[in-house]
This record gives sequence, structure tokens and C-alpha cells, in this order.
Amino acid sequence: MTEVEETLKRIQSHKGVIGTMVVNAEGIPIRTTLDNSTTVQYAGLLHQLTIKAKSTIRDIDPQNDLTFLRIRSKKHEIMVAPDKEYLLIVIQNPCE
Amino acid sequence: MATRVPRPLGPAGSQSAATLATGGAASAQGPWRPGPLQDETLGVVSVPSQWRGVQGVRGETKSCQTASIATAEAGTQAQKRTDVQVQTEAPTPPAILVPQSDAPGLLAFLRRVEPMVTRELSRNRQSHAFDGFEVTWTEPQQTVTCLHTLGYPPAQGQGLHVTSVSWNATGSVLACAYGRLDDGDWSTLRSYVCAWNLDRRGLHPQQPWAVVEVPSATMCLAFHPTQPSQVAGGLYSGEVLLWDLGRPEDPLLWRTGLTDDSHTDPVCQVVWLPEAGHGHGFRLLSAAPDGKVLLWQGGGAGGLRLHEGFALVMQQLPRSARLKKPPRGETAVGATAVALSTFDPSLFILGTEGGFPLRCSLASEEAALARAPSSVPLRAPARFTFSPHGGPVYSVSCSPFHRNLFLTAGTDGHVHLYSLLRAQPLASLRLSRRYLFAVRWSPVRPLLFAAASGEGEVHLCDLRKSSQKPVACVAQTQDGSPVYCLEFNGQQPQLLAAGDAKGAVKVWRLSSAFLEQEPRETEDLDRLAAEVAT
Repeated sequence: MTEVEETLKRIQSHKGVIGTMVVNAEGIPIRTTLDNSTTVQYAGLLHQLTIKAKSTIRDIDPQNDLTFLRIRSKKHEIMVAPDKEYLLIVIQNPCE
Repeated sequence: MATRVPRPLGPAGSQSAATLATGGAASAQGPWRPGPLQDETLGVVSVPSQWRGVQGVRGETKSCQTASIATAEAGTQAQKRTDVQVQTEAPTPPAILVPQSDAPGLLAFLRRVEPMVTRELSRNRQSHAFDGFEVTWTEPQQTVTCLHTLGYPPAQGQGLHVTSVSWNATGSVLACAYGRLDDGDWSTLRSYVCAWNLDRRGLHPQQPWAVVEVPSATMCLAFHPTQPSQVAGGLYSGEVLLWDLGRPEDPLLWRTGLTDDSHTDPVCQVVWLPEAGHGHGFRLLSAAPDGKVLLWQGGGAGGLRLHEGFALVMQQLPRSARLKKPPRGETAVGATAVALSTFDPSLFILGTEGGFPLRCSLASEEAALARAPSSVPLRAPARFTFSPHGGPVYSVSCSPFHRNLFLTAGTDGHVHLYSLLRAQPLASLRLSRRYLFAVRWSPVRPLLFAAASGEGEVHLCDLRKSSQKPVACVAQTQDGSPVYCLEFNGQQPQLLAAGDAKGAVKVWRLSSAFLEQEPRETEDLDRLAAEVAT
């Protein structure tokens, strides 16, 4: 098992984590623990949202940058760790 | 024997004849014997025809010839043919890339973000920051209000009731059927199907957008699940019709006609089946108190064709402890309501005149005992009998959120909540001292349902708040005349339409409490259903 897979497995083993995925800069998922259609949907939508959030932060203050994105919903909490090349998306059910 | 010689007739040759006669007489002289017979030659006597000479010989020659029959041969042959085939491929979802070797950047990225994500994940578990926080996105609506009161004055003038309401696929058109429910006689009363478009500007509550005149009282109505202008209706005469409201000059699309196949009692409900696939067309299920449940398919020319048929016979029902032993022979069991399961395409629930709901299957193979004439073999659909109501069941509704739960309402004024797995109801609510005519689950809240009562009220029940009494009652009619039907709008969940004995349809706007799913409501529903198993 490569180190990449080990890292993803460590994250997935946290309490309440429903799914973990890695998305590249084009919004195409390259690693996932969820099923295909869910992964494609999450990856496409959250990729767009992260780009929008990043440009919002940069427009407000050009010196600033987006470091982490957390979305709280009725059912889940979605966390996005952005980077130049990749996005790490973790979906958690916080009150399980 | 004497030979007589005839006397010559004419003057010519008379001399020779006289001579001959004398000779003959001389030769015959003898003492006692006549003379031998001799040949005699008589001269030729010719008598020229006087008549012919007078008449002369007259002859005429005539000829005729018919014109020849003209014949011609011609041959044509068109030899041009075109074949075109089109095939669309199912869209392939964007592939998930799995690179053979890990890009070095990926590992670096994961190393960088892992501590942060780990920290946030564990912090999230311990945080109570959002406990009890409820976001309000829209202005909360505190009360249930009446948005529109719709009616068609000619129908109301005849004292017709609203027997059924239905929302179309887009949720903007509301149709209602006029008929009578309190009249047991066969009647030739004409009725109407009216439709209003609520999203159109200048909505006139007393002037429907479309009116269809129907030869018999309309008992039930159902809009097509995807075609916004098509609506099916069942008549008092047992016929099932399909209209296209988008063609006001000739709305009738299909009809079953009155044949051996059609119902012999008023059709109590029509339901559309989800489309089976391309090329199969639509399928429509109708149920009636004559004990038949028929599956119709849009045929080629002009008619609805009977595709499959089911007959309910008392002797074939699965035995339940509470049902008394049926008499011998075959007794039809009248169906009064039907509902399709949202989860299992072959499963449907029937409400019966005997008050016991039946779990039925479209896939049943067992032949029914019924001897009613039919063009397709009738089958026995019943699989399981639930414990009965105190009177006929008027309405059945399957939960859109749980595969095992369904509601029934009947003349005993009770709503029963059943699980498919148990004969006894999970819960029984007494909502009315009179009849209950309709019950429907909310399309958005798993634990909410609405019921229409014979006292003119629409009850909204939230099983989360109370399993004994409704959380809200709205009075639809002022004088307590019954509400016969109600239907939630699947597209705009804040709207609830209900029709009453006054011929009016009211569109209610539900308050926010009836629209937003509370946290863990689905889990509560699961728990409710799971009580059976324990």
C-alpha cells in the first residue's frame, strides 16, 4: 500500500467520516472512497464552489488566500482542503 | 279385307287413278277370295303454294358489331428507399482517473493537508457550535392560509361535488372532477372536468382555464406523471378516459368504451404506472367495486387496450384470523382505493369495501376464479390481508420515504398506519366522528400526512408531535359539508388542494412547520417502522 493510500485511509478512519476524495485541478476525481456517480457529482460541484470561494477571498483582499472550506448542512459537514493542483474533499456526519 | 283406294283429291291425274281403281276391282274378282295385293304407283301430285306466291319472298339482312373493348396496361414501380438509424449512447460519466504511479505532487499535497484535515475532523466531533441551530432561509409562515377558492358555477349550480383533484407534472395546473358521491342511482347526469393554471397571470377562480364536458359523472382523476397536459379519469359508468387538456377543441385522446373488459361499477381510482421503458407507451391502472383491477395500455387506434386484468375473489384471499370464513363459490371483493408503492414497481395496496387493505402484486401468476368475461385471463393479485377497518376503506397512501409503511382511511373515521410486515396496524388515529374520504402522505415531510373528513375539515397530522390527534385542522366548508378529496403538490410542497361537496376546490398554503424536514426525521420514521420487527 502506497503512502497516498495510507494517508487517505487514516483520514477515512476518523469518526463520522462518510467519504474522502481527491480531485485534480480540472475537477476530475482521482481517488475516492465513494461510489462513482456520487463522487463525480461532489467533485464537479465542489470544485466550482472552491474556485468561486477562492476568487471571492482574493477579490476582497489580494494579499489573502483561501486555506480551508467548511460547509455545514443539515445532514453533513463537507470540508475542502484546496491546493494549487489538488482538492481533498472529506464528508463527515458530525452528530452521528 | 278390302283395299280401299283413296279418292284422288285434285283434278290432275284423276283419270289414271280411276283406271287403277277399276283394274283393282277386276282382279279381285273371285268366288270367295280377294285378289292378290299389288303395288300401285301413284302419280306425283304437286300443289303449288298459293299463299307463298301472294306473300312473295321478303328478306332483310342486318348486322351489328359491338365496339372493341379497349385495354391498356401500365406498370409503376418506385424503387427509392431510405433507411436511417439513430442510436444514442448512454452518457458515460466522466471517468475517475486512477494513475498507475502516484504523481509526486499528490503525496506532497496530502502530507501538507492531512494534519489540518485531521485537526478539523476531530474538532468537529467535539464541537457543539451548531447544536440546536436552525437556519431560516425563508420568511416563516405561521398559519395555514387559503390561497384560492376555485369553482365552476355551472357545475356548482347542478349541485355536483368535487370527487377528485389532481396536480399536473409541473405542479402549476390543478384539475378537478365533478360528480356525485351521495347518489346510488344510475344517472345520465353530465359532469365536468375543470383545470386551472395557478401560475398564469390573471387567474380567474370561477373561470377554469380548461373545461371538458363528460357524459357521465367523473369519479376520479389523475394527471400523467410526465406529460403535463394529459389527464386520465374514471367515470361512474365504468369507463376510463384520457384527455389532453392542451387541445381544447377535441380533448379526448383515448377511451376504453363499454365492453366486456371494462368495469361494471363506478371506477373508484385511476393510477399511472411508471413508464416501463421506450416503446411501451403508458400504462394505467384502474380499480372499481366490481372487484376488478385492470391495467390499460394505450393501443394503436383510438382505444385503450386491456393489457392485464386482476380480479379479487373472496375465496382466494390469503386467510387472516380476523376474517370470517367465506361462503362457497366465488364472491367478488370490491376495491375502493388503490395506491402504488414508491419503492417496488410491482407492489400495490388495495383498499376494499370489506375494510381490510390488501397487499397485491402485479407480477402474480395465479389465475382468478372469477368467471366474468374478459379478453385477457384475470389473475388473483392478493398476497396478504391486513386487519380490517370498521367500514369500507376510502383512501390508501404509500409512504414516499419508507418502503413498508402505508396509510388507510375509511368510513369508521380512523386513519390506520400499517407496515407491510404486520397485519395489525402500527397506529390508529380517530380523526373524525363521521367518514374520512382521503388520506395522503406529505411529499416532503416523512412523518406528516393530511386527511379529509366528512365534517368539512382538512386534518394535518404530524406523527412526530402526536400519534393521537392532528396538529392542525382547517375548516374547508362553513356548513360542515364533507371534503371528498385532497392532494399535495409534488413540485410546490407548500400547496395542498382539497375539494368538497359544495363543488369548490380550495388551495391551501401550508405553514413552514409542515414543509421543512426536521433533523433526524427520517431516522424517526425508520424507528417507527422498525417497531414491528421487535
